[in-house]
Amino acid sequence: MAACATGPGRDALRQMIATVRTRKDPSPVHATPVAYDEMLGLANQVPPAAAYAQIERWLANTPREELLRKRGEAELLFRRIGITFAVYGEGGDPERLIPFDIIPRILAQAEWQRLATGLTQRVRALNAFLADVYGGKEIIRAGKIPEALVVQNEARRPIMAGFKPPGGIYTHISGIDLVRTGPDKFYVLEDNCRTPSGVSYMLENREAMLRLFPRLCHRHRIAPVAHYPEELLTTLKEAAPPNCPGEPNVVLLTPGPFNSAYYEHCFLADEMGIEVVEGADLLVQDKRVYMRTTAGPKRVDVIYRRIDDEFLDPQVFREDSLVGVPGLMSAYLAGNVALANAPGGGIADDKAIYPYVPDMVRFYLGEEPLIANVPTYLCERDDDRKYVLEHLDELVVKLCKGSGGYGMLVGPHATAAERADFADRIKAKPGDYIAQPTLALSTCPTLVEAGVAPRHVDLRPFVLSGKDVRIVPGGLTRVALREGSLVVNSSQGGGTKDTWVLEGEGPLEAAISQEQQQC
Amino acid sequence: MLSRTADCLFWLARYMERAGNIARGLEVASRMASVAGDEAGEEEVWRSLLVAAGCDYGFFEKHERAVQDKVVHWLVFDEENPSAIASCLAAGRSNARSVRTALTVAMWSTLNDTWNELRKLPPAATEGEKLPGFLEWVRERVLLFNGAAHDTMLRDEAKLFVQLGTMLERADCTSRLLDVRHEILEPTADGAVAHAQWQALLRSVSAGRAYQWVYRDRLQPKKIAELLILRPELPRSLMACLSDVAQTLETIAVGQGGRRGECHRLAGELQSRLHYGRIDGILKGGMHEFLTEMIERTAVLGSEIEAFYIKA
Repeated sequence: MAACATGPGRDALRQMIATVRTRKDPSPVHATPVAYDEMLGLANQVPPAAAYAQIERWLANTPREELLRKRGEAELLFRRIGITFAVYGEGGDPERLIPFDIIPRILAQAEWQRLATGLTQRVRALNAFLADVYGGKEIIRAGKIPEALVVQNEARRPIMAGFKPPGGIYTHISGIDLVRTGPDKFYVLEDNCRTPSGVSYMLENREAMLRLFPRLCHRHRIAPVAHYPEELLTTLKEAAPPNCPGEPNVVLLTPGPFNSAYYEHCFLADEMGIEVVEGADLLVQDKRVYMRTTAGPKRVDVIYRRIDDEFLDPQVFREDSLVGVPGLMSAYLAGNVALANAPGGGIADDKAIYPYVPDMVRFYLGEEPLIANVPTYLCERDDDRKYVLEHLDELVVKLCKGSGGYGMLVGPHATAAERADFADRIKAKPGDYIAQPTLALSTCPTLVEAGVAPRHVDLRPFVLSGKDVRIVPGGLTRVALREGSLVVNSSQGGGTKDTWVLEGEGPLEAAISQEQQQC
Repeated sequence: MLSRTADCLFWLARYMERAGNIARGLEVASRMASVAGDEAGEEEVWRSLLVAAGCDYGFFEKHERAVQDKVVHWLVFDEENPSAIASCLAAGRSNARSVRTALTVAMWSTLNDTWNELRKLPPAATEGEKLPGFLEWVRERVLLFNGAAHDTMLRDEAKLFVQLGTMLERADCTSRLLDVRHEILEPTADGAVAHAQWQALLRSVSAGRAYQWVYRDRLQPKKIAELLILRPELPRSLMACLSDVAQTLETIAVGQGGRRGECHRLAGELQSRLHYGRIDGILKGGMHEFLTEMIERTAVLGSEIEAFYIKA
């Protein structure tokens, strides 16, 4: 081990992590409870979680400078490939890199299996709910969910009523955001059934790790993720209308280069070998969709659309949409083209509908939910609102329509003035707000300037629904890089980590010689 | 292939070629200006460069006289001039950005690096003695881009549309360079005065040595005209460029099961005229008239290609 003596060593590493964890929370009223660390547990347990045994040793034996140098290499890699995320309205260069943390987040095979089963269950229920909402509305008649919440919901698309997409699938690609508070405690924070993004980071993060740390990766026997584009293409082909002759022509519809996720659109299309089209590249004739090619119009069967419902078709939704395709919905409703995800899927991931998802699981599947919801207060309900207004300093308040961490109050970290402002907003429009307890989100060891420190993380697995439900092991781990911050969104200073689901029992024991080479 | 992709690749190639051609024009003009003798002659050199580049109107709206530093700035940096080298690179890059998946990494990084470097240059970078070095850099970057396209692109329609753009723009450029100098190639031109101009003209299409290889003779205006218009060996002659366009269009048509349109007919017509044409006949009918028609027909060919493949 002599060659590795320049690393901080296990005790020092634990000291670094422990110091941050016991630091007094700056908010005067309610300190955030001590978070569960995915490597060290609640009380710096010895030994660490089995899945992290190798990572702990690696971190203890690698000097800070070496880790920072590797991080620099990773950044260079990402910049060269041009993986950027656009942040608008804040001045400066809108093309930014999402910070990448080189310390992986690890899930044991058994942990992942439980999650995968729970995710499959949840997405099946969401699809069943959508079919019901646009069909017989049985869940409303059974009194499990208030009618007004569904009928008056802005995300509902009345035009979809009575239409059944091929296979009865509405949300082909779902991003389910999970958080963790203990060894076995995972919660669904929110569902994304519209156009969830981030999967390209999941893929590129793995590529970067394999290039930067080939040995460490090898030793961990990580379940691969690189087949995601193939699984996605299979799912999209399975969504093709039944009248589609032969091999379906699948395209990806993007709003264009100025969209924040344009890089991801090109990346996925490239990986799947399909065309990236803009609205103007498509035309509708006799309720059939064609793309304009150099050899004349070519029929399109499946559209993986990465533009929002409102902009899909100016004849049906927003008239001023320049990125959509006039007549697209008529072709869709005639069953001549498939859209993934189906329009109107947003009603299933609406924050006001979210509290009812466990009931959906029971109602449609007759099963108990395997992954719980975060307890949620609906400000619309008198009792709930009263509780929320009295406990603003403990709760996280969210705008039902908000996304990306905007329009959100983290009570314990907010000032009195901010809380008062939110109280007024809630009273003015109670239906727009929900509140949840401030969870002690789990932390993972993360590289910061001073060395290794715990930072809060979440997880977005991507669930594909076609003839089968397919989930690539893991997902995108987002990490709140600011100390103590619970907001992981990339638009709010969040970063990402590679997520490792281990095959088999755990990492291989490293031989000493390998260990030294790794250093 | 998507029409929009074809459109972006076609124009990306045209803009890159145009940037290189503007640099070539500037190189020749600054050389000719230095041997022009008097101020009036110098101004004439710069004025005819503006005409050849097709951006004299815009220039004279802004400036009174065609003096070197004004013309150079107009043709290199001025964003109001869509044919300025900086504008060409910016337009090329924005075309490239919207079809990233159709470009190879080598093409994109060449273009992106060039654009980034040019953006950082101070206006003084083209002053006086720095000008030749700068122009050489531009030409080299365009060569690198063309090489990247040639070496790294898949042999499919995407590459063919890049090829079409490059060759059509190049044909247009050669016609224009010749046209503004047509008097020096008329049989009546004074050999002693014109010799330096002949040399400069050949240089502008990288044909100084080529002339000797093809003719092994003293410079003669008729042979220079023949070389630049009719000889298939010279890569920038009208014949070479337009027959390349015709062949490329044919390859695309074959790949699409024989689908052809007006652009194919017109390209074939232009190619035959050059293939079977004689320089004596062209001079007899008037070189200026011939070149004006070629410029026009090339422009029509460009619109026909767009009408058939892109805007259909």
